[in-house]
Amino acid sequence: MSLGLLFLILLALCTAGYMIARSRAVTSARGDTRVLHSLPAFHGRFAALAMILPAVAILIVWLVVESFALRGVALSHLSPEDVPDGASMDLVMADVTRIAEGLGKLQAAGVDLAPLTADPAALKARFSEAGFAQGGDPTPHTIAAAVSMRDTAATSRLALSVVAIAASLAGLGLVLRRITPEFRARNATEFVSMGLLIGASLIAVLTTVGIVASLASETIRFFQLYPAWDFFFSADWNPKFGGGSSLGIWPLIWGTLYVSVIALLVAVPVGLFSAVYLAEYASKRTRGIVKPLIEILAGIPTIVYGLFALVTVGPLLRDWIAIPMGFGNSSSSVMTAGLVMGIMVIPFVSSLSDDIINAVPQSLRDGSLGLGATPSETIRQVVLPAALPGIVGAVLLAASRAIGETMIVVLGAGAAAQLSLNPFEAMTTVTVKIVSQLTGDTEFNSPETLVAFALGLTLFVLTLMLNIIALIIVRKYREQYE
Amino acid sequence: MSVIEMKLEREVTADTIKIEARKVQVHYGQNHALKDVDVDILAKTVTAFIGPSGCGKSTFLRCLNRMNDTVASAKVTGSILLDGADIYDPRVDPVQLRAKVGMVFQKPNPFPKSIYDNVAYGPKIHGLTRSKAELDEVVESCLRKAALWNEVKDRLQSPGTGLSGGQQQRLCIARAIATSPEVLLMDEPCSALDPIATAQVEELIDELRSQFSVVIVTHSMQQAARVSQRTAFFHLGNLVEYGETGTIFTNPKDPRTESYITGRIG
Amino acid sequence: MTDITEHALLMPDARTKARNAAERRFRAYGLSAIVIALAALVWLLISIFSAGLPAFQQTFITFPVTLEAATLDKSGKLDIEEMKKVTTIGYGKLIAQAFEAEIAAKGITHEVKPKQLAEMISEQAGAQLRDMVLADPALVGQTITFQALANGRIDGYFKGRVTMETAARDKNTSPEKLALADQLRDAGVVAVKFNTGFLTMSDASDKRPEAAGLGVAIIGSLYMVVIVLFLALPIGVAASVYLEEFAPKNYWTDLIEVNIANLAAVPSIVYGILGLAIFINFAGLPQSAPIVGGLVLTLMTLPRIIIPTRAALKAVPPSIRDAALGVGASKLQTVTHHVLPLAMPGILTGTIIGLAQALGETAPLLLIGMVAFVKDFPGLPPEGLFSPSSALPVQIYNWTQRGDPGFVERASGAIIVLLVFLILMNTAAIILRRKYERRW
Repeated sequence: MSLGLLFLILLALCTAGYMIARSRAVTSARGDTRVLHSLPAFHGRFAALAMILPAVAILIVWLVVESFALRGVALSHLSPEDVPDGASMDLVMADVTRIAEGLGKLQAAGVDLAPLTADPAALKARFSEAGFAQGGDPTPHTIAAAVSMRDTAATSRLALSVVAIAASLAGLGLVLRRITPEFRARNATEFVSMGLLIGASLIAVLTTVGIVASLASETIRFFQLYPAWDFFFSADWNPKFGGGSSLGIWPLIWGTLYVSVIALLVAVPVGLFSAVYLAEYASKRTRGIVKPLIEILAGIPTIVYGLFALVTVGPLLRDWIAIPMGFGNSSSSVMTAGLVMGIMVIPFVSSLSDDIINAVPQSLRDGSLGLGATPSETIRQVVLPAALPGIVGAVLLAASRAIGETMIVVLGAGAAAQLSLNPFEAMTTVTVKIVSQLTGDTEFNSPETLVAFALGLTLFVLTLMLNIIALIIVRKYREQYE
Repeated sequence: MSVIEMKLEREVTADTIKIEARKVQVHYGQNHALKDVDVDILAKTVTAFIGPSGCGKSTFLRCLNRMNDTVASAKVTGSILLDGADIYDPRVDPVQLRAKVGMVFQKPNPFPKSIYDNVAYGPKIHGLTRSKAELDEVVESCLRKAALWNEVKDRLQSPGTGLSGGQQQRLCIARAIATSPEVLLMDEPCSALDPIATAQVEELIDELRSQFSVVIVTHSMQQAARVSQRTAFFHLGNLVEYGETGTIFTNPKDPRTESYITGRIG
Repeated sequence: MTDITEHALLMPDARTKARNAAERRFRAYGLSAIVIALAALVWLLISIFSAGLPAFQQTFITFPVTLEAATLDKSGKLDIEEMKKVTTIGYGKLIAQAFEAEIAAKGITHEVKPKQLAEMISEQAGAQLRDMVLADPALVGQTITFQALANGRIDGYFKGRVTMETAARDKNTSPEKLALADQLRDAGVVAVKFNTGFLTMSDASDKRPEAAGLGVAIIGSLYMVVIVLFLALPIGVAASVYLEEFAPKNYWTDLIEVNIANLAAVPSIVYGILGLAIFINFAGLPQSAPIVGGLVLTLMTLPRIIIPTRAALKAVPPSIRDAALGVGASKLQTVTHHVLPLAMPGILTGTIIGLAQALGETAPLLLIGMVAFVKDFPGLPPEGLFSPSSALPVQIYNWTQRGDPGFVERASGAIIVLLVFLILMNTAAIILRRKYERRW
């Protein structure tokens, strides 16, 4: 039975349970709903909740356990001899999964599987004919593993359906027995609902826990394979897939900071001056048009900026600046990525600064203008100093944004890890290397892959610090003028 | 009236006309906020503008140093002459005008800077002093004139926002007189202060009269009676009555003035 | 003295003049900052649109093809399984013959070697014709008018990407072929038409940019946005309601609050690592599947929905809650009957903007394997959610990594499609806000 069907059945059962509990409540009151503590609908809702929640919980736990169990079943058919030289058990398991999937598709198409599973060569031919993806050649062992995986999965799904439906019916039975006019169905429903609300808000916490746990655990595995000292204090990044890589983080940190600094050099003056002009000089009409236009820059997906850097800005800088002035001939460079990222970050600086400048009380401006200061003197000497903490917060948020940005640097900065001062040379960043180490076929036990988690943790900690400092500053600032 | 005659007159008496307003009208968009106001403000005199809320007294005050320019929808017509020069002449720079006609606001609004920098702000932007020593002198004398020196002389570098409300308002007055204006406009300067601080500021206003022409907008009739020599009563955008403070309060000519003073409108 | 005063007021002194000049300079800085920002926006859009609009046009070659039963259906029984044994190469030969015959029939003389003629047609044409025949076996034996995709270089020639000079240096085409293409266009055989295939076809291999389409990517993105909507909206609203209406103000809720603000600013690639570690390596969900992408984007979008939702709830005045509580509603009833409906426009606006961000997100999807080459359309949900798929932004990235310059045009065209979706979503949000926004 497919999961979709099971889910539909559960929903239908819940609807039925709602109706039954509702009418049972009315009957228990002998038709006079006024004597009920809670409205009949609450009895219905309580029944529905009691039916769906245990079933869904069982479903989730079952599926997680099932995936481990299936792996175990498949492994029991395989022995170390089944692993070809230079491959790992993971690869063989991937083949088994592919065979199982292929068999499933063939069965759905009405093909008789028995002759195929007996003959690996026939199976391979049938698969290529159907155009299925294949890894290594099927062997009797992998086929046996796949077949028993499929059988176990089918049994497991059937058992799951039975258990889930039974649980939901049991839930209904328990609720029906409790229905009396005195039963506080509303309070019970609300108690459960409150639990769901709390659960929802805990997801945010769980996400953070998940991020930290997954990054930290893999980072620890990385440091077991590769010395932490070399990671943090080596200036050489040179991963080799045969082993013996040097994985020093400094070239990446250097590239990240260099790109971010160029981005901020573009975004902070432009963003800040735009914010000042919009907040202090522009008419309401102009502001109403220009502000959303600038904010469009923040709504454009970063892949768009990436392509812009790759196709337009990179070649332009190379042909007009780098080559004529002898800075090199690379179209991906720190300058390309930094400029484009600067454009992207402008609205992060300008919008927040605009809000913050607007929060500076008008009385301060009046005070300064009333003394005969010009508007620009007022802005430079009174408004901006008063808004400074908030603006610093905005710049820090923009910096955190720039450091964590991925697509622009993937497409614009290049992949060469080096410590160079020339902004027209290709350099690379932490995020670029996370992408390059984790895409493609990866094995999760080599330091070359695991280093990505250590890089991720570094990135997370770096941006977390910037964000928290920025949030505290901005919050303090808001309180000052509220 | 010739120049020489005017000069003579000024030297002889405090009744010289400092500001001469004729047929001043103000519109905020559709709202006709001020209608045909004619007022002569005398030098070295405290002039009080009284009237119920929304009567136009603050609007008129803000016309006198062109602070209404900062409100986009405001439109001012008529003529306002400062020492005979029309301040709404296109050649007049509002920046220079405001250095001559200073302003103190309803709520104390010290800048988020040190006490010293607050007072030194005006002289610095207008380039009134040549050396640090000279600036120190100006700051000290202004703080003294504002009766604040003794309270703050030991903490000139601490932030102005850390002072009490009354001290802040006196700091703002010190800041305003530091540009050595000829006229000082005060928009309800005591409305955010407690009675003791109010008394201090009122006393200060009386002392300032010896050097400046002071115009004060106030809600409190008692305050107008205490500090001013001349009083103008505004109602619904019209200047109803203007004259000696004593006359206005004891013998008002217009029935509306009388109703306001006796507490029937307002 | 009056004279002096008058002069001083009417004629600004040198210092005032300098100060006013500084004022004008300052204003000019502000204005030029805005001009720079807007110019960057315009430059970006022009560069993308000029590169991408040609993707919506495609060069087609139209000529009659006789579907000979002798090659296509040897058994003569119209048995689909049997007919599937004829590969695309078989169809390709058929097309090549028909094309050569058509050129001869039109009386066109040219300098292209006969063997190279077929290279003017896309390698995809064989598959195109095969799919047509397998979908309708009755066609066998008939002569049909077949509209084949032209090779990417021929297409590029009509779009100005390929010129005679570049063709001379290019081993994939030759000036002779381009000259023939011109003649064929005059003869009405070759034409540039609107390219519906760009929106409906799936991705194609490196040598066939002309056949690459966004079909799979659009479906994948749609699946993911729907998953995000169905998960992030209810969870986000529930979390916001709890935090805003029920949670006691203490250390823990403050921590949750800081945590949510911070999650909104965590780099998106970190969510990709999370998805890889938790959903794929730990929970064993398949790579490249919309379900994993949807879950990752849900976690990323949640804080971006919670923040505006809480603001919308906060904007509902307490008097409404007091009124409902006063007539004996429970706190939960107050929230569900009164507060939530009033806050709904704000919540939906925030949700749409959050969804738009999720739609354009690339980096986390790269890490969960969505960058793989996917040719087959995913099935219908729920099973389709678990089969490999692509997504719009990832497809764009994928195309930027290909060698053939035809893919840059495709990538830019895909961006236009993506931007159209984003504009639609944001317009919906703006209309919602304008129409229902309440000021209390």
